[in-house]
Amino acid sequence: MRIGIDVGGTNTDAVLLDDDGSVLAAVKCSTSADVSGGIVAALSGLQHRRAFDPAGVRAVMIGTTHFVNALVEARRLAPTAALRLGLPATASLPPMVDWPERLVQAVSGRAYLAHGGHEFDGRTISELDEDELRRHAADMAAHGVRSVAITSVFSPVNTEFELRAAQVLAAELPHVAISLSHEIGRIGLLERENATVVNAALRELAGGIVDGLRTSVAGAGIDAPIYLSSNDGTLLDVEHARRYPVSTFASGPTNSMRGAAVLSGVHTCAVVDVGGTTSDVGVLQRGFPREATTEVSVAGIRTNFRMPDVLSIGIGGGSLVRGQGAEVRVGPESVGFRLVDEALVFGGSTLTATDIAVASGRADIGDASRVADLDPALVRTALERIASDVADAVDRMRTSAQPLPVVAVGGGSVLLPDHLTGAGEVLRPENFAVANAIGAAIAQVGGEVDRVFSIEPGKRTEVLDTARAEAAERAVAAGADPRTVEVLEVDEVPLPYLPGGATRIRVKAVGDLQLAPARREAVHA
Amino acid sequence: MPDTRGGTRTGTRVELDDLADIGRGAAVLGTGGGGDPHIGGLLAGAAVRAHGPVDLTPLADLPDDAVVLPVAMMGAPTVMVEKLPSTDQVGRAIRVLTDHLGLEVTHLACIEAGGVNSLIPFVGAAELGLPLLDADGMGRAFPELQMVLPTVYGIRGTPMSIVDEKGNSGVLDTVDNRWAERFARSVTIDMGCSAMISDYWMTGAQARQALVPGTLSLAARIGRTLTAARTSGDPAGAVADLLGGTVLFTGKITDVARRTTTGFARGEARLDGTGPDAGSELLLEFQNEFLVAVRDGRTVSTVPDLICALDTQTGEAVRTEGMRYGHRVTVLAAPCDERWHSPAGLALAGPRVFGYESDPVRATPGPLPTPTEANR
Repeated sequence: MRIGIDVGGTNTDAVLLDDDGSVLAAVKCSTSADVSGGIVAALSGLQHRRAFDPAGVRAVMIGTTHFVNALVEARRLAPTAALRLGLPATASLPPMVDWPERLVQAVSGRAYLAHGGHEFDGRTISELDEDELRRHAADMAAHGVRSVAITSVFSPVNTEFELRAAQVLAAELPHVAISLSHEIGRIGLLERENATVVNAALRELAGGIVDGLRTSVAGAGIDAPIYLSSNDGTLLDVEHARRYPVSTFASGPTNSMRGAAVLSGVHTCAVVDVGGTTSDVGVLQRGFPREATTEVSVAGIRTNFRMPDVLSIGIGGGSLVRGQGAEVRVGPESVGFRLVDEALVFGGSTLTATDIAVASGRADIGDASRVADLDPALVRTALERIASDVADAVDRMRTSAQPLPVVAVGGGSVLLPDHLTGAGEVLRPENFAVANAIGAAIAQVGGEVDRVFSIEPGKRTEVLDTARAEAAERAVAAGADPRTVEVLEVDEVPLPYLPGGATRIRVKAVGDLQLAPARREAVHA
Repeated sequence: MPDTRGGTRTGTRVELDDLADIGRGAAVLGTGGGGDPHIGGLLAGAAVRAHGPVDLTPLADLPDDAVVLPVAMMGAPTVMVEKLPSTDQVGRAIRVLTDHLGLEVTHLACIEAGGVNSLIPFVGAAELGLPLLDADGMGRAFPELQMVLPTVYGIRGTPMSIVDEKGNSGVLDTVDNRWAERFARSVTIDMGCSAMISDYWMTGAQARQALVPGTLSLAARIGRTLTAARTSGDPAGAVADLLGGTVLFTGKITDVARRTTTGFARGEARLDGTGPDAGSELLLEFQNEFLVAVRDGRTVSTVPDLICALDTQTGEAVRTEGMRYGHRVTVLAAPCDERWHSPAGLALAGPRVFGYESDPVRATPGPLPTPTEANR
């Protein structure tokens, strides 16, 4: 058995899965302020639905939006230093140069420049100067820095200086957390550095959360490893989650998409997750979300770590419905969480998309008699408007003229018709309301390579094979069962003007988590 | 950047807030190449913050005996986003050349209005307190150093300076501008594929003859138009109107093929038409820039005219390396500076120079002729 938990802003969902992936039990609880409380409630809720032996649980997978929310709300961020190795290059654009001032303040951001860095081909820009690093360390200590982000120019090509600088700093500042950029982002110095500084600022919070998760899971008598789900749909063990909190930022939409794939059995599809305020549309390719290829802005900071490509449109269960006849509009304004007070079917006075769904007979929520008098033409037009906006969003996310199945999940998915123009049938899997938790529970382990390779004439296949093998090795090192590892993506971009066939190659491999055998397999029903 | 020209012939002043518009417009003039102006914008912003705004001088106001020095970044855009250039590198590129020439520079200039090089000269102008010409050497982006209108007018690209961030510098003197490209490229690679250069120094009289006037203020206008059109809905159409060009195609990228030959990232993208273009296909051939557009088997526009791809929704320019499956783009074509269509201009940057067996096809404003009309 395994347990998947998704800690959302409002609800904490949990599922208990059998080893073959079937859902044994599912619950929804309110999210608590301290995360742990919601998890304790979710675990006891599962136990209540279907009694199970905690010793039979082989893994607990948790998805949480807690870390990204902490950044957006600028709370509990550690005093952080950004150390960049690259002098005399890069000096004019110091770390955090493009940050909103509010967030620089929130992390008490201090920027340090030092010698180091590599050229694109691995030559050094300048040698590392350990005395310089020690002077910076002394200044960091004097200013109460508790977490450091180290970024060296072209560290995705050569990691040496980041690793050596980390050793020097660790010796000087033994209690300070250190984050290294080559482990976090891609080529693109400012964006990679930004992601690393954000990661560093969240390290203390991450430690506290991970400890809280451990305590609450152990409190339920479960002695299984805990994993956090990451942006790309793969798993992080708790030690990695402590070190790389940024990797969990987009796990919410990712989990919901992957859960939709498992529930529907369709692994290449568009997923429409209809919530209260928005509908999020993403695309799954072989069970994994397509990634955004451009920089992604988080809380106003440009970053370049892996995030799913998601298009949000302002249509959800709480969307306002206004106008008459052909002028009917749905959204983007919404009553949001006030739906239960303001919608007509709940005794309120605002016409919402939920009222339209009830009036049309698609949903049975609240008091249907309160919408019995709605003009049928208005209801029909509003539903058509919702269907055409969602169909358009799906079409924008498609990557070819090939038909792409649509899987609808989320509480508001009753708003969608059974058929979308241009997209075809809409699949609505069972358990769609807990797709997030299921997505967390079925996450796999990944390994990745993103580097500039030099490709000599005739050696392309060889170089690609090397990159593939390296990605697969990394997946196994991260805990994947070697028998299940497969290469998911190979992306190859030749770099203009560079000599020697310089080509940036990205390879992603994934495999099933290698689970330790359970001490007892039996489920006590 | 308020237009203060009115009846007098004074220039305009570029403030910090104008740089983003110039960068956004320069990305359009980059025709898919020229590098991401984001870093250029940050560098120019740092310089303007430190030293104050930059005065733009209209080309027509330039005295004959002015000493004009263009300054630019040379190298791989991918390297520039990692090994960020320094603002002092720009100033050094200028000083190395003026010291060598023994000349007092009066105006800085932009050699390439498309992409990152539209913004690099602002760094030097702010730092050295010099006016910047509202003009450039091509009116768009091209990949090689000799592909500028000054070459057409017999202006020598050398002596040129080239400097790296470590303090190394050199002055090249070559027999012609192609050799300048060749040597500068080798030195740039040794410098770590990112260098600052100052080349094509010229007098005011030469600059008035050989440069394309008004391109920096044009970039700013394109940027402002894109911002305004975001709410009105048709950014690509608004930009096409501004450039006197035409929208070629609206569609979705269905295939991108890339290959590297002779140092350039060559490739082609296929688009399936949407809306009024449904049922048609557009093939975009690119090297660093978009060079040829073929609609349903018929070539509808080629270099040296500008072929620009814009995100259909936001209007932001799409660069060739950012072309990907599924992206909704609107492709427009706009006339380049007329002088590129002279025999000397085409010999420097016509379709055959880039390896296409095609005569140049001019972009014309208004609706395209139907295939039957065109074949008659």
